[in-house]
Amino acid sequence: METIIFYILSIVILVFSVLTVTTKKILRAAVYLLFVLGATAGIYFMFNYNFLAAVQLTVYAGGIVVLIIFSILLTHQINTNLDKINVKKIALGIVSSGLGIFLVLSTLNNFQFVASNNQATDSSIHGIGRALLSYSENGYILPFEVISVLLLAAMIGAIVIAKKEEA
Amino acid sequence: MFFIGAYGFLTRKNLITMLMSIELILNAVNINFVAFNKYLYPENMQGHFFSMFIIGIAAAEAAVAIAIIINIYRNIQNIDVENIDQMKY
Repeated sequence: METIIFYILSIVILVFSVLTVTTKKILRAAVYLLFVLGATAGIYFMFNYNFLAAVQLTVYAGGIVVLIIFSILLTHQINTNLDKINVKKIALGIVSSGLGIFLVLSTLNNFQFVASNNQATDSSIHGIGRALLSYSENGYILPFEVISVLLLAAMIGAIVIAKKEEA
Repeated sequence: MFFIGAYGFLTRKNLITMLMSIELILNAVNINFVAFNKYLYPENMQGHFFSMFIIGIAAAEAAVAIAIIINIYRNIQNIDVENIDQMKY
């Protein structure tokens, strides 16, 4: 059962991500991106990482996609199609990404993955909060603080950049 | 999926579609981190936390990028990469 769900989700992710980069209408690309992100959250739910899935849904699907759609509406007429990309560029992209896929797959097939049978730590919200704020061996207080400062800086920077210039 | 994103990044001309390709790439990496964490090292949670930090950074990056894009659009009325060859206006 889990395998079937996993295959459905991964097929959804692959198909919609191809559609995202190939579709002609930019707004449709944003909607396909939304589907990809939703299916990713589904995979996290399947792994039992509930908190990560919730973060994925709220930040990506709720925040970033809405932001992208807003910027599309601000900068485009919705009905305009994207320009044709020239064939040379498409061929170059396909060749380079195909080479990359080949490299990764050949490496992965030669590597022996050892599935671990260790006891899984709890991934409840309680445990996550404890780990994020503890400064002991397995704590993540330093990256937590760094990313909070980074988010503040990004917010201020975005406001300053997008602000209308005063005369 | 990573390489689909990379393909999109190489072929698209529009800044916003390039941003969407970047989101695809980050998502692919996140899925890999979480899957490895789940099946190979379930006793600790590094992949989990790393994915969370990647999501946070992606949000910040998207906000800044869209602010820059809107500003460019306001200045030169166009957001295709080829037309942005001037740094001053």
